[in-house]
Amino acid sequence: MPFIHDTLIVFRRQLRLSLRNPAWVIIALVQPILYLALFGPLLTKLPATALGESGGTGGTAAAYKFFVPGLLIQLGLFGSTFVGFAIISDWRAGVIERFRVTPVSRLAIMSGRVLRDVLTLVVQAVILVLVGVAFGLRAPVSAILLSLGFIVLVAIGLASVSYATALLVKSEDAFAPMLNSVVLPLVLLSGIMLPMTLGPGWLQGIARISPFRYIIDAMRSAFAGHYANTIMLEGVAVAAGLAVVCLWLGSRVFVRENA
Amino acid sequence: MSIIEARGLARTFKSRKRTVEAVRGVDLTVADGEIVGFLGPNGAGKTTTLRMLTTLLAPTAGTATVAGADLLRDSVGVRRRIGYVPQAIGQTMGGTDPACLVEEELLDQAALYRIGRTEAVRRARRLTAQLDLAGLDRRLVKTLSGGQRRRLEIALGLVHEPPLVFLDEPTTGLDPQSRSNLWDHIRRLRSDLGTTVFLTTHYLEEADALCDRVFIIDHGVIVAEGTPDELKRRVSGDVVTLRVNGARETARELLSRQPIVRDVTVSDDGALRLNVFNGAEALPALLRVLGDAGVTMHSINLSRPTLDDVFLTMTGRSLRDDSPSAAERPQEPQHAGTGS
Repeated sequence: MPFIHDTLIVFRRQLRLSLRNPAWVIIALVQPILYLALFGPLLTKLPATALGESGGTGGTAAAYKFFVPGLLIQLGLFGSTFVGFAIISDWRAGVIERFRVTPVSRLAIMSGRVLRDVLTLVVQAVILVLVGVAFGLRAPVSAILLSLGFIVLVAIGLASVSYATALLVKSEDAFAPMLNSVVLPLVLLSGIMLPMTLGPGWLQGIARISPFRYIIDAMRSAFAGHYANTIMLEGVAVAAGLAVVCLWLGSRVFVRENA
Repeated sequence: MSIIEARGLARTFKSRKRTVEAVRGVDLTVADGEIVGFLGPNGAGKTTTLRMLTTLLAPTAGTATVAGADLLRDSVGVRRRIGYVPQAIGQTMGGTDPACLVEEELLDQAALYRIGRTEAVRRARRLTAQLDLAGLDRRLVKTLSGGQRRRLEIALGLVHEPPLVFLDEPTTGLDPQSRSNLWDHIRRLRSDLGTTVFLTTHYLEEADALCDRVFIIDHGVIVAEGTPDELKRRVSGDVVTLRVNGARETARELLSRQPIVRDVTVSDDGALRLNVFNGAEALPALLRVLGDAGVTMHSINLSRPTLDDVFLTMTGRSLRDDSPSAAERPQEPQHAGTGS
């Protein structure tokens, strides 16, 4: 299929360029470890009830069961929304325009990059989980695989929107404040750092706006060993919906006739 | 056979209640194998026209056939058959990634056109040899000199051996030596491969040295078209300046009666200024007429108009000095590119 062929050409090029940058490789590998090492110990003292474990014992195991899914989403949120910066410099170098005048699928200019970002995120997530296990995380393998599926969907959606937005604003100076004003509230409202259940009712209500809230809840439910419930259903639906809608929005920008 | 056939190509930009007609009905015919120059002041619609012809911008009106494919119905067909080298100075650069190796850029570009690996390697090797880039395969693009990087960008536009290549200001920002070197490469494109070249330029001497034919665009319409020589003749003809010993009135009388002379004026310092149709052919005749009448000459000088003069006459402004008038022109919106 031509589209897949084109996507792979762009993917290979972008991956090669990423791997050539030692700072990028080191940061990508160290970031998940830092997240876990710096935030994890803060949660181990929280009571089990705060972490949503009704009959649990709290402590380290519960904390990481709560915290690792949150960190996975945070990794996806930050990693995937910031990818747009790179396409602004590509645009400025004339690379985007050069690709647009070749017969390559214009959507592949985006999808090849998104594929690279998904791969990056999966590698980071695996590191995060492995380090988490070393720190005391105990979770079923199926829950971990399911979580990887969730963050792949999140990465597809967020990276697509990030590229499309960046290509529309064409300026780092405009893109950076946009990201800050969107990503940080999302992180806070998603209950990544602290359980949303600690907050007052109105805050919990607002948090329901964030799609990541549903996804995190589903991931935590899986980590606790519960798969067949409405939380899981909601999470899957929201993640898949997010990916599809964002991918569609992103593709609108890349395939339009004028750029 | 014409390789570009555009009729009534137009593009309007709408932004906040204002409508800018960047290109207002351009007709272009370019024959197979021509080197054609597209000249115009900033904001004249040059880049907008180029972007329409290269499928980067959809026209709001008009039709075009580019390299045998319909621009509106088969834009991918157009892309398959044209090469495009973006302008290297301005809002966006010439299309190479500083972090890539020279060889990778060439092979990636070939892959975009579905050229197999073995063939791509062969073409990359040939192009680097042809464009004086041999031995630079494993160099990072950011370590290349300005001229080398520009030649790489041109090589990228040629990987798929297109019958038609668009060069947007190919030599802008290059030193004079690299520029004349690049001119040789562009000439060789046509002589060796029969490639049709459509280029925009800010340099009139470039159009003069390189192009078979020139289009001048201003305010979104083509205001003149022809060979550089034709255009120069159309504008003012050649100017012969001569000084005679004594008998200036007799000489003036005599010369103004010659059919090849358009008009004669006496300049402030007493020299006769003759406007003639073809200076090179006129000179011997003028000398003979004056000689027969016994008028002796002190000096004679032939000057031919430059494309600069053509430009000034056609557009009312000089190409180089376009800042005051360009400021009065509405700027093309950002998506139009760098609005030149």
